[in-house]
Amino acid sequence: MSLKQILTVNHIDVFHGTFQALWDVSLQVREGEMLALIGANTSGKSTLLDTISGLLHPASGRIEFDEREITRLDPYQIVEMGVTQVPEGRRIFPDISVFDNLLIGSYNRKAREKKKENLKKVYDHFPILRERRKQIAKTLSGGEQQMLVIARGLMADPKLMLIDEMSLGLAPIIINELFRALKEIRERGITILFVEQNVRRTLQEADRAYILETGRVVLSGTSSDLQEEDQVKKAYFGI
Amino acid sequence: MGSGDILTPLIMGILLGGLYALIALGLSLVFGVMRLINLAHGDLVILGSYGAFGLMSHLNMDPVLSLVICIPCMFALGFVIQKYLMSRAFAISAEAPLIIAFGIALIIQNTNQILWTPLSRGLNTSYSMTSFSLGKLQFPISYLLDFVAGIVIMILLREFLSRTYLGRAIAAASQDRRAALLMGINTNRIYGYAFAVAMVSAAVAGVFLGMTFPFTPTSGISLLTIAFGTVIIGGLGSMLGTFIGGVTLGVVQTIGGYFFGPATQMLIVYVIILVILAVRPQGLFGR
Repeated sequence: MSLKQILTVNHIDVFHGTFQALWDVSLQVREGEMLALIGANTSGKSTLLDTISGLLHPASGRIEFDEREITRLDPYQIVEMGVTQVPEGRRIFPDISVFDNLLIGSYNRKAREKKKENLKKVYDHFPILRERRKQIAKTLSGGEQQMLVIARGLMADPKLMLIDEMSLGLAPIIINELFRALKEIRERGITILFVEQNVRRTLQEADRAYILETGRVVLSGTSSDLQEEDQVKKAYFGI
Repeated sequence: MGSGDILTPLIMGILLGGLYALIALGLSLVFGVMRLINLAHGDLVILGSYGAFGLMSHLNMDPVLSLVICIPCMFALGFVIQKYLMSRAFAISAEAPLIIAFGIALIIQNTNQILWTPLSRGLNTSYSMTSFSLGKLQFPISYLLDFVAGIVIMILLREFLSRTYLGRAIAAASQDRRAALLMGINTNRIYGYAFAVAMVSAAVAGVFLGMTFPFTPTSGISLLTIAFGTVIIGGLGSMLGTFIGGVTLGVVQTIGGYFFGPATQMLIVYVIILVILAVRPQGLFGR
Protein backbone atom coordinates (compact mmCIF):
# COMPACT_ATOMS: atom_id res chain seq x y z
CA MET A 1 0.00 0.00 0.00
CA SER A 2 1.36 3.39 -0.93
CA LEU A 3 1.22 6.32 1.43
CA LYS A 4 -0.11 8.58 -1.27
CA GLN A 5 -3.39 10.16 -0.27
CA ILE A 6 -6.11 9.70 -2.84
CA LEU A 7 -8.84 11.52 -0.92
CA THR A 8 -8.44 14.31 1.62
CA VAL A 9 -11.36 15.73 3.56
CA ASN A 10 -10.28 18.87 5.37
CA HIS A 11 -12.28 20.32 8.27
CA ILE A 12 -15.71 20.17 6.70
CA ASP A 13 -18.98 21.34 8.28
CA VAL A 14 -22.13 20.02 6.63
CA PHE A 15 -25.74 21.04 7.29
CA HIS A 16 -29.10 19.47 6.54
CA GLY A 17 -31.11 22.70 6.44
CA THR A 18 -30.34 24.27 9.79
CA PHE A 19 -29.24 21.03 11.45
CA GLN A 20 -25.48 20.57 11.49
CA ALA A 21 -24.73 16.95 10.62
CA LEU A 22 -20.92 17.06 10.42
CA TRP A 23 -18.64 19.13 12.62
CA ASP A 24 -15.11 19.90 11.52
CA VAL A 25 -14.60 16.44 10.02
CA SER A 26 -11.23 15.57 8.50
CA LEU A 27 -10.24 12.29 6.95
CA GLN A 28 -7.50 10.93 4.70
CA VAL A 29 -7.81 7.92 2.43
CA ARG A 30 -4.60 6.36 1.14
CA GLU A 31 -4.38 4.89 -2.29
CA GLY A 32 -5.15 1.16 -2.32
CA GLU A 33 -6.35 0.84 1.23
CA MET A 34 -9.56 -0.45 2.69
CA LEU A 35 -10.80 2.14 5.11
CA ALA A 36 -13.88 1.91 7.33
CA LEU A 37 -16.22 4.46 8.85
CA ILE A 38 -17.82 3.26 12.05
CA GLY A 39 -20.59 4.83 14.07
CA ALA A 40 -24.18 4.63 15.19
CA ASN A 41 -27.13 5.37 12.96
CA THR A 42 -27.16 9.17 13.24
CA SER A 43 -23.42 9.66 13.54
CA GLY A 44 -23.10 11.23 10.09
CA LYS A 45 -21.42 8.40 8.14
CA SER A 46 -23.84 8.52 5.23
CA THR A 47 -23.78 12.32 5.24
CA LEU A 48 -20.00 12.17 4.90
CA LEU A 49 -20.24 9.78 1.93
CA ASP A 50 -22.90 11.96 0.29
CA THR A 51 -20.71 15.04 0.74
CA ILE A 52 -17.75 13.31 -0.90
CA SER A 53 -20.07 12.25 -3.76
CA GLY A 54 -21.26 15.83 -4.23
CA LEU A 55 -24.91 15.20 -3.31
CA LEU A 56 -24.31 17.62 -0.43
CA HIS A 57 -21.85 20.48 -0.31
CA PRO A 58 -20.03 21.52 2.88
CA ALA A 59 -20.64 24.97 4.35
CA SER A 60 -16.93 25.21 5.04
CA GLY A 61 -13.85 23.08 4.52
CA ARG A 62 -12.33 21.45 1.48
CA ILE A 63 -12.33 18.07 -0.25
CA GLU A 64 -9.62 16.91 -2.64
CA PHE A 65 -9.54 13.82 -4.78
CA ASP A 66 -6.51 12.77 -6.77
CA GLU A 67 -4.90 16.16 -6.07
CA ARG A 68 -7.83 18.13 -7.44
CA GLU A 69 -10.41 20.04 -5.46
CA ILE A 70 -13.90 18.53 -5.71
CA THR A 71 -15.65 20.45 -2.90
CA ARG A 72 -18.24 22.16 -5.10
CA LEU A 73 -18.45 19.78 -8.06
CA ASP A 74 -21.70 18.09 -9.08
CA PRO A 75 -22.15 14.34 -8.53
CA TYR A 76 -21.75 13.46 -12.21
CA GLN A 77 -18.43 15.32 -12.40
CA ILE A 78 -17.16 13.49 -9.33
CA VAL A 79 -18.19 10.12 -10.78
CA GLU A 80 -16.34 10.97 -13.97
CA MET A 81 -13.18 11.68 -11.94
CA GLY A 82 -13.33 8.18 -10.46
CA VAL A 83 -15.32 8.28 -7.22
CA THR A 84 -18.37 6.01 -7.15
CA GLN A 85 -20.77 5.54 -4.29
CA VAL A 86 -22.63 2.29 -3.74
CA PRO A 87 -25.63 3.58 -1.80
CA GLU A 88 -27.22 1.80 1.13
CA GLY A 89 -30.57 0.08 0.84
CA ARG A 90 -29.70 -1.77 -2.41
CA ARG A 91 -30.89 1.00 -4.66
CA ILE A 92 -31.05 -0.95 -7.86
CA PHE A 93 -33.10 0.34 -10.79
CA PRO A 94 -35.94 -2.11 -10.09
CA ASP A 95 -37.85 -2.27 -13.37
CA ILE A 96 -35.04 -2.87 -15.84
CA SER A 97 -32.84 -5.90 -16.37
CA VAL A 98 -29.68 -6.75 -14.47
CA PHE A 99 -27.69 -6.09 -17.64
CA ASP A 100 -29.29 -2.65 -18.11
CA ASN A 101 -28.51 -1.79 -14.49
CA LEU A 102 -24.87 -2.61 -15.17
CA LEU A 103 -24.89 -0.63 -18.37
CA ILE A 104 -26.14 2.46 -16.56
CA GLY A 105 -23.18 2.08 -14.23
CA SER A 106 -20.96 2.77 -17.23
CA TYR A 107 -22.84 5.97 -18.12
CA ASN A 108 -19.93 8.34 -17.64
CA ARG A 109 -17.81 9.02 -20.70
CA LYS A 110 -14.63 7.32 -19.52
CA ALA A 111 -16.41 4.21 -18.31
CA ARG A 112 -18.27 3.77 -21.60
CA GLU A 113 -15.02 3.13 -23.42
CA LYS A 114 -14.11 0.39 -20.95
CA LYS A 115 -17.59 -1.10 -20.82
CA LYS A 116 -16.76 -4.53 -22.24
CA GLU A 117 -13.64 -4.98 -20.18
CA ASN A 118 -15.37 -3.91 -16.96
CA LEU A 119 -18.39 -6.10 -17.66
CA LYS A 120 -16.14 -9.12 -17.89
CA LYS A 121 -14.43 -8.26 -14.61
CA VAL A 122 -17.75 -7.69 -12.89
CA TYR A 123 -19.06 -11.07 -14.03
CA ASP A 124 -15.85 -12.64 -12.72
CA HIS A 125 -16.43 -11.10 -9.29
CA PHE A 126 -20.11 -12.05 -9.27
CA PRO A 127 -20.76 -15.01 -11.61
CA ILE A 128 -24.39 -15.16 -10.49
CA LEU A 129 -25.04 -11.82 -12.19
CA ARG A 130 -23.97 -13.26 -15.52
CA GLU A 131 -26.56 -16.02 -15.09
CA ARG A 132 -29.22 -13.51 -14.11
CA ARG A 133 -28.34 -10.77 -16.58
CA LYS A 134 -31.67 -10.87 -18.42
CA GLN A 135 -33.78 -10.92 -15.27
CA ILE A 136 -35.67 -7.81 -14.12
CA ALA A 137 -33.60 -6.46 -11.25
CA LYS A 138 -36.33 -6.43 -8.61
CA THR A 139 -36.74 -10.20 -8.94
CA LEU A 140 -33.25 -10.81 -7.51
CA SER A 141 -32.78 -11.89 -3.90
CA GLY A 142 -31.53 -9.34 -1.37
CA GLY A 143 -27.98 -10.63 -1.56
CA GLU A 144 -27.98 -10.63 -5.34
CA GLN A 145 -29.35 -7.09 -5.37
CA GLN A 146 -26.47 -6.00 -3.14
CA MET A 147 -24.03 -7.70 -5.53
CA LEU A 148 -25.70 -5.86 -8.37
CA VAL A 149 -25.27 -2.41 -6.80
CA ILE A 150 -21.61 -3.11 -6.10
CA ALA A 151 -21.17 -4.43 -9.63
CA ARG A 152 -22.99 -1.40 -11.05
CA GLY A 153 -20.60 0.82 -9.10
CA LEU A 154 -17.63 -1.06 -10.58
CA MET A 155 -18.95 -0.44 -14.09
CA ALA A 156 -18.34 3.27 -13.48
CA ASP A 157 -14.61 2.40 -13.56
CA PRO A 158 -13.81 3.98 -10.17
CA LYS A 159 -10.49 4.62 -8.47
CA LEU A 160 -12.26 5.03 -5.16
CA MET A 161 -15.42 3.22 -4.13
CA LEU A 162 -17.60 4.46 -1.30
CA ILE A 163 -19.74 1.61 0.00
CA ASP A 164 -22.59 2.35 2.38
CA GLU A 165 -23.93 -0.38 4.71
CA MET A 166 -23.66 -3.24 2.27
CA SER A 167 -24.32 -6.00 4.82
CA LEU A 168 -27.46 -4.58 6.35
CA GLY A 169 -30.14 -7.26 6.64
CA LEU A 170 -28.19 -9.96 4.81
CA ALA A 171 -27.33 -13.49 5.93
CA PRO A 172 -23.78 -14.10 7.23
CA ILE A 173 -22.95 -16.40 4.32
CA ILE A 174 -23.83 -13.62 1.86
CA ILE A 175 -21.87 -11.07 3.87
CA ASN A 176 -18.80 -13.33 3.65
CA GLU A 177 -19.27 -13.52 -0.08
CA LEU A 178 -19.49 -9.72 -0.34
CA PHE A 179 -16.35 -9.17 1.71
CA ARG A 180 -14.53 -11.73 -0.44
CA ALA A 181 -15.53 -9.73 -3.51
CA LEU A 182 -14.41 -6.49 -1.85
CA LYS A 183 -10.97 -8.02 -1.26
CA GLU A 184 -10.71 -9.01 -4.94
CA ILE A 185 -11.78 -5.53 -5.98
CA ARG A 186 -9.19 -3.98 -3.73
CA GLU A 187 -6.51 -6.29 -5.15
CA ARG A 188 -7.28 -4.75 -8.54
CA GLY A 189 -6.04 -1.46 -7.09
CA ILE A 190 -9.38 0.13 -6.31
CA THR A 191 -9.40 2.00 -3.02
CA ILE A 192 -12.37 1.27 -0.77
CA LEU A 193 -14.03 3.43 1.86
CA PHE A 194 -16.88 1.57 3.50
CA VAL A 195 -19.46 2.22 6.17
CA GLU A 196 -20.65 -0.57 8.45
CA GLN A 197 -22.63 -1.02 11.63
CA ASN A 198 -21.00 -4.31 12.59
CA VAL A 199 -17.88 -3.02 14.32
CA ARG A 200 -16.23 -6.34 15.09
CA ARG A 201 -16.49 -7.53 11.51
CA THR A 202 -15.44 -4.15 10.14
CA LEU A 203 -12.26 -4.07 12.19
CA GLN A 204 -11.38 -7.56 10.92
CA GLU A 205 -11.71 -6.47 7.31
CA ALA A 206 -10.44 -2.87 7.20
CA ASP A 207 -6.85 -1.65 7.34
CA ARG A 208 -7.84 1.49 9.20
CA ALA A 209 -11.00 3.01 10.56
CA TYR A 210 -12.50 6.32 11.64
CA ILE A 211 -15.10 6.38 14.37
CA LEU A 212 -17.81 9.01 14.15
CA GLU A 213 -20.11 10.14 16.94
CA THR A 214 -22.85 12.76 16.45
CA GLY A 215 -21.09 14.21 13.44
CA ARG A 216 -17.58 14.34 14.82
CA VAL A 217 -14.54 12.09 14.34
CA VAL A 218 -13.79 10.80 17.83
CA LEU A 219 -11.13 8.20 17.08
CA SER A 220 -9.11 6.93 14.17
CA GLY A 221 -6.29 4.48 13.66
CA THR A 222 -5.34 1.07 12.33
CA SER A 223 -7.87 -1.66 12.95
CA SER A 224 -5.58 -3.57 15.26
CA ASP A 225 -4.94 -0.48 17.40
CA LEU A 226 -8.63 0.35 17.55
CA GLN A 227 -9.52 -3.16 18.67
CA GLU A 228 -7.33 -2.58 21.74
CA GLU A 229 -8.82 0.82 22.59
CA ASP A 230 -10.79 0.79 25.85
CA GLN A 231 -13.27 3.27 24.41
CA VAL A 232 -14.01 0.97 21.49
CA LYS A 233 -14.22 -2.14 23.63
CA LYS A 234 -16.67 -0.47 25.98
CA ALA A 235 -18.84 1.18 23.37
CA TYR A 236 -18.99 -1.55 20.73
CA PHE A 237 -17.91 -4.89 22.18
CA GLY A 238 -19.56 -4.49 25.58
CA ILE A 239 -16.41 -5.42 27.48
CA MET B 1 -74.64 3.84 -37.21
CA GLY B 2 -78.06 2.62 -36.35
CA SER B 3 -77.61 -0.24 -38.79
CA GLY B 4 -77.07 -2.54 -35.87
CA ASP B 5 -73.50 -3.07 -36.94
CA ILE B 6 -71.27 -2.69 -33.94
CA LEU B 7 -68.12 -3.23 -35.98
CA THR B 8 -68.06 0.34 -37.27
CA PRO B 9 -67.90 2.08 -33.87
CA LEU B 10 -65.49 -0.58 -32.60
CA ILE B 11 -62.99 0.01 -35.39
CA MET B 12 -63.51 3.78 -35.23
CA GLY B 13 -62.79 3.62 -31.50
CA ILE B 14 -59.61 1.60 -31.93
CA LEU B 15 -58.30 3.96 -34.61
CA LEU B 16 -59.28 7.04 -32.61
CA GLY B 17 -57.55 5.48 -29.60
CA GLY B 18 -54.27 5.67 -31.51
CA LEU B 19 -54.68 9.45 -31.63
CA TYR B 20 -55.56 9.60 -27.93
CA ALA B 21 -52.46 7.57 -27.13
CA LEU B 22 -50.36 9.86 -29.30
CA ILE B 23 -51.67 12.88 -27.40
CA ALA B 24 -51.08 11.22 -24.02
CA LEU B 25 -47.62 9.70 -24.56
CA GLY B 26 -45.79 12.95 -23.80
CA LEU B 27 -47.84 13.59 -20.68
CA SER B 28 -47.12 10.06 -19.53
CA LEU B 29 -43.38 10.35 -20.22
CA VAL B 30 -42.98 13.65 -18.37
CA PHE B 31 -44.94 12.34 -15.41
CA GLY B 32 -43.06 9.03 -15.36
CA VAL B 33 -39.66 10.70 -15.40
CA MET B 34 -40.03 13.81 -13.28
CA ARG B 35 -43.35 13.30 -11.50
CA LEU B 36 -44.65 16.48 -13.10
CA ILE B 37 -48.25 16.77 -14.21
CA ASN B 38 -47.75 18.98 -17.22
CA LEU B 39 -50.92 21.05 -17.34
CA ALA B 40 -49.66 22.71 -20.53
CA HIS B 41 -49.46 19.44 -22.44
CA GLY B 42 -52.73 19.86 -24.36
CA ASP B 43 -51.78 23.40 -25.36
CA LEU B 44 -48.34 22.26 -26.46
CA VAL B 45 -50.04 19.72 -28.73
CA ILE B 46 -52.21 22.52 -30.18
CA LEU B 47 -49.07 24.63 -30.57
CA GLY B 48 -47.82 21.81 -32.80
CA SER B 49 -51.09 21.95 -34.77
CA TYR B 50 -50.73 25.69 -35.31
CA GLY B 51 -47.08 25.30 -36.24
CA ALA B 52 -48.08 22.94 -39.03
CA PHE B 53 -51.02 25.21 -39.94
CA GLY B 54 -48.69 28.20 -40.29
CA LEU B 55 -46.29 26.29 -42.52
CA MET B 56 -49.16 24.96 -44.57
CA SER B 57 -50.92 28.30 -45.10
CA HIS B 58 -47.77 30.34 -45.78
CA LEU B 59 -45.45 27.88 -47.50
CA ASN B 60 -48.04 25.42 -48.72
CA MET B 61 -46.17 22.69 -46.90
CA ASP B 62 -47.72 19.28 -46.28
CA PRO B 63 -48.51 18.95 -42.54
CA VAL B 64 -46.68 15.63 -42.17
CA LEU B 65 -43.67 17.02 -44.02
CA SER B 66 -43.74 20.15 -41.86
CA LEU B 67 -42.75 17.94 -38.91
CA VAL B 68 -39.20 18.18 -40.24
CA ILE B 69 -39.31 21.79 -39.04
CA CYS B 70 -41.77 21.47 -36.15
CA ILE B 71 -40.01 18.58 -34.41
CA PRO B 72 -36.64 20.34 -33.87
CA CYS B 73 -38.45 23.52 -32.76
CA MET B 74 -40.60 21.68 -30.22
CA PHE B 75 -37.56 19.68 -29.04
CA ALA B 76 -35.67 22.90 -28.37
CA LEU B 77 -38.71 24.52 -26.73
CA GLY B 78 -39.15 21.52 -24.44
CA PHE B 79 -35.51 21.56 -23.40
CA VAL B 80 -35.65 25.29 -22.66
CA ILE B 81 -38.90 25.02 -20.66
CA GLN B 82 -37.40 22.28 -18.51
CA LYS B 83 -33.98 23.80 -18.08
CA TYR B 84 -34.91 27.43 -17.47
CA LEU B 85 -38.37 27.18 -15.91
CA MET B 86 -39.19 23.76 -14.52
CA SER B 87 -35.85 22.85 -12.95
CA ARG B 88 -35.86 26.18 -11.08
CA ALA B 89 -39.47 25.72 -10.07
CA PHE B 90 -38.68 22.21 -8.77
CA ALA B 91 -36.05 23.75 -6.51
CA ILE B 92 -38.74 25.92 -4.87
CA SER B 93 -41.47 23.38 -4.15
CA ALA B 94 -43.41 20.48 -5.62
CA GLU B 95 -46.34 22.76 -6.50
CA ALA B 96 -44.35 25.48 -8.26
CA PRO B 97 -43.91 23.51 -11.53
CA LEU B 98 -47.68 23.01 -11.69
CA ILE B 99 -48.21 26.77 -11.55
CA ILE B 100 -45.51 27.29 -14.18
CA ALA B 101 -47.19 24.72 -16.45
CA PHE B 102 -50.51 26.47 -16.00
CA GLY B 103 -48.87 29.78 -16.90
CA ILE B 104 -47.32 28.26 -20.03
CA ALA B 105 -50.76 26.96 -21.02
CA LEU B 106 -52.27 30.45 -20.74
CA ILE B 107 -49.43 32.04 -22.69
CA ILE B 108 -49.77 29.53 -25.54
CA GLN B 109 -53.57 29.90 -25.67
CA ASN B 110 -53.39 33.68 -25.85
CA THR B 111 -50.51 33.77 -28.29
CA ASN B 112 -52.49 31.46 -30.57
CA GLN B 113 -55.56 33.72 -30.22
CA ILE B 114 -53.51 36.73 -31.31
CA LEU B 115 -51.66 34.99 -34.13
CA TRP B 116 -54.47 32.88 -35.56
CA THR B 117 -57.72 34.42 -34.23
CA PRO B 118 -60.23 32.25 -32.35
CA LEU B 119 -61.56 30.78 -35.61
CA SER B 120 -61.61 27.04 -35.99
CA ARG B 121 -58.80 25.72 -38.20
CA GLY B 122 -57.90 22.39 -39.72
CA LEU B 123 -54.99 20.74 -41.49
CA ASN B 124 -56.91 19.67 -44.55
CA THR B 125 -54.98 17.89 -47.27
CA SER B 126 -56.12 16.06 -50.34
CA TYR B 127 -55.55 12.68 -48.70
CA SER B 128 -56.82 13.42 -45.17
CA MET B 129 -60.35 13.90 -46.47
CA THR B 130 -60.50 10.55 -48.27
CA SER B 131 -61.64 7.27 -46.83
CA PHE B 132 -60.63 3.65 -47.01
CA SER B 133 -62.81 0.58 -46.91
CA LEU B 134 -62.61 -2.51 -44.76
CA GLY B 135 -64.97 -5.03 -46.25
CA LYS B 136 -68.21 -3.12 -46.64
CA LEU B 137 -67.30 -0.51 -44.07
CA GLN B 138 -65.82 2.91 -44.80
CA PHE B 139 -63.47 4.85 -42.52
CA PRO B 140 -61.72 8.23 -42.85
CA ILE B 141 -58.10 7.74 -43.86
CA SER B 142 -57.06 10.33 -41.25
CA TYR B 143 -58.16 7.93 -38.50
CA LEU B 144 -55.94 5.24 -39.93
CA LEU B 145 -53.00 7.68 -40.10
CA ASP B 146 -53.62 8.60 -36.44
CA PHE B 147 -53.51 4.99 -35.41
CA VAL B 148 -50.34 4.26 -37.36
CA ALA B 149 -48.66 7.40 -35.98
CA GLY B 150 -49.68 6.39 -32.44
CA ILE B 151 -48.14 2.94 -32.83
CA VAL B 152 -44.97 4.26 -34.45
CA ILE B 153 -44.34 6.92 -31.79
CA MET B 154 -45.13 4.49 -28.98
CA ILE B 155 -42.65 1.93 -30.35
CA LEU B 156 -40.00 4.58 -31.00
CA LEU B 157 -40.32 5.88 -27.43
CA ARG B 158 -40.12 2.37 -26.00
CA GLU B 159 -37.04 1.55 -28.05
CA PHE B 160 -35.45 4.89 -27.18
CA LEU B 161 -36.01 4.34 -23.45
CA SER B 162 -34.76 0.76 -23.44
CA ARG B 163 -31.99 0.72 -26.04
CA THR B 164 -30.03 3.98 -25.97
CA TYR B 165 -27.71 5.25 -23.24
CA LEU B 166 -29.73 8.45 -22.98
CA GLY B 167 -33.04 6.58 -22.86
CA ARG B 168 -31.76 4.16 -20.24
CA ALA B 169 -30.52 7.10 -18.18
CA ILE B 170 -33.98 8.67 -18.41
CA ALA B 171 -35.54 5.40 -17.28
CA ALA B 172 -33.01 5.09 -14.46
CA ALA B 173 -33.58 8.65 -13.26
CA SER B 174 -37.32 7.99 -13.18
CA GLN B 175 -36.89 4.83 -11.11
CA ASP B 176 -34.42 6.20 -8.56
CA ARG B 177 -33.15 9.75 -8.92
CA ARG B 178 -30.61 9.49 -6.12
CA ALA B 179 -29.08 6.27 -7.45
CA ALA B 180 -29.00 7.83 -10.93
CA LEU B 181 -27.07 10.82 -9.60
CA LEU B 182 -24.60 8.46 -7.96
CA MET B 183 -24.12 6.64 -11.28
CA GLY B 184 -22.89 9.85 -12.83
CA ILE B 185 -26.11 10.83 -14.55
CA ASN B 186 -26.62 14.59 -14.76
CA THR B 187 -30.31 14.38 -13.89
CA ASN B 188 -31.03 18.03 -14.71
CA ARG B 189 -29.85 17.52 -18.26
CA ILE B 190 -31.68 14.20 -18.50
CA TYR B 191 -34.93 15.87 -17.44
CA GLY B 192 -34.37 18.45 -20.16
CA TYR B 193 -34.05 15.72 -22.78
CA ALA B 194 -37.07 13.86 -21.43
CA PHE B 195 -39.21 17.00 -21.67
CA ALA B 196 -37.83 17.69 -25.14
CA VAL B 197 -38.68 14.17 -26.33
CA ALA B 198 -42.18 14.54 -24.87
CA MET B 199 -42.56 17.73 -26.92
CA VAL B 200 -41.54 15.88 -30.06
CA SER B 201 -44.42 13.47 -29.48
CA ALA B 202 -46.68 16.50 -28.85
CA ALA B 203 -45.65 17.98 -32.21
CA VAL B 204 -46.55 14.74 -33.99
CA ALA B 205 -49.83 14.53 -32.06
CA GLY B 206 -50.63 18.12 -33.04
CA VAL B 207 -50.24 17.41 -36.74
CA PHE B 208 -52.32 14.25 -36.77
CA LEU B 209 -54.96 15.81 -34.54
CA GLY B 210 -55.21 18.76 -36.91
CA MET B 211 -55.68 16.45 -39.89
CA THR B 212 -58.54 14.68 -38.09
CA PHE B 213 -60.45 17.35 -36.17
CA PRO B 214 -60.79 21.13 -36.36
CA PHE B 215 -59.01 23.01 -33.56
CA THR B 216 -59.12 26.42 -31.90
CA PRO B 217 -56.69 28.18 -29.53
CA THR B 218 -58.58 26.73 -26.55
CA SER B 219 -58.76 23.13 -27.77
CA GLY B 220 -55.80 22.24 -25.55
CA ILE B 221 -57.97 22.05 -22.45
CA SER B 222 -60.13 19.23 -23.79
CA LEU B 223 -57.01 17.47 -25.10
CA LEU B 224 -55.56 17.58 -21.60
CA THR B 225 -58.73 15.89 -20.33
CA ILE B 226 -58.40 13.18 -22.96
CA ALA B 227 -54.71 12.72 -22.15
CA PHE B 228 -55.49 12.45 -18.44
CA GLY B 229 -58.21 9.90 -19.15
CA THR B 230 -55.83 7.89 -21.28
CA VAL B 231 -53.07 7.73 -18.69
CA ILE B 232 -55.53 7.07 -15.87
CA ILE B 233 -56.82 4.04 -17.78
CA GLY B 234 -53.41 2.88 -18.99
CA GLY B 235 -51.25 3.84 -16.03
CA LEU B 236 -48.79 6.72 -15.95
CA GLY B 237 -45.24 6.20 -17.10
CA SER B 238 -45.64 3.07 -19.23
CA MET B 239 -45.61 3.68 -22.99
CA LEU B 240 -47.42 0.47 -23.91
CA GLY B 241 -49.91 1.02 -21.08
CA THR B 242 -50.58 4.53 -22.39
CA PHE B 243 -51.24 3.17 -25.86
CA ILE B 244 -53.66 0.54 -24.61
CA GLY B 245 -55.26 3.21 -22.41
CA GLY B 246 -55.82 5.38 -25.48
CA VAL B 247 -57.42 2.55 -27.42
CA THR B 248 -59.63 1.63 -24.46
CA LEU B 249 -60.77 5.24 -24.12
CA GLY B 250 -61.49 5.47 -27.84
CA VAL B 251 -63.50 2.26 -27.87
CA VAL B 252 -65.46 3.16 -24.73
CA GLN B 253 -66.33 6.49 -26.33
CA THR B 254 -67.53 5.15 -29.67
CA ILE B 255 -69.28 2.06 -28.33
CA GLY B 256 -70.90 4.22 -25.64
CA GLY B 257 -72.06 6.58 -28.35
CA TYR B 258 -73.40 3.66 -30.33
CA PHE B 259 -75.58 2.39 -27.50
CA PHE B 260 -76.56 5.60 -25.72
CA GLY B 261 -76.27 8.24 -28.42
CA PRO B 262 -73.45 10.65 -29.26
CA ALA B 263 -74.55 13.19 -26.61
CA THR B 264 -73.64 10.86 -23.76
CA GLN B 265 -70.49 9.26 -25.15
CA MET B 266 -68.04 11.45 -23.20
CA LEU B 267 -70.13 10.99 -20.06
CA ILE B 268 -69.58 7.25 -20.35
CA VAL B 269 -65.84 7.83 -20.76
CA TYR B 270 -65.76 9.87 -17.54
CA VAL B 271 -67.74 7.23 -15.67
CA ILE B 272 -65.24 4.57 -16.75
CA ILE B 273 -62.37 6.83 -15.64
CA LEU B 274 -63.99 7.32 -12.24
CA VAL B 275 -64.54 3.58 -11.86
CA ILE B 276 -60.90 2.86 -12.69
CA LEU B 277 -59.72 5.56 -10.29
CA ALA B 278 -61.79 3.96 -7.54
CA VAL B 279 -60.95 0.33 -8.27
CA ARG B 280 -57.46 0.45 -9.72
CA PRO B 281 -55.93 3.90 -9.22
CA GLN B 282 -52.56 2.89 -10.69
CA GLY B 283 -54.26 2.21 -14.03
CA LEU B 284 -54.89 -1.06 -15.82
CA PHE B 285 -51.21 -1.49 -16.68
CA GLY B 286 -49.52 0.70 -14.07
CA ARG B 287 -47.13 -0.61 -11.47
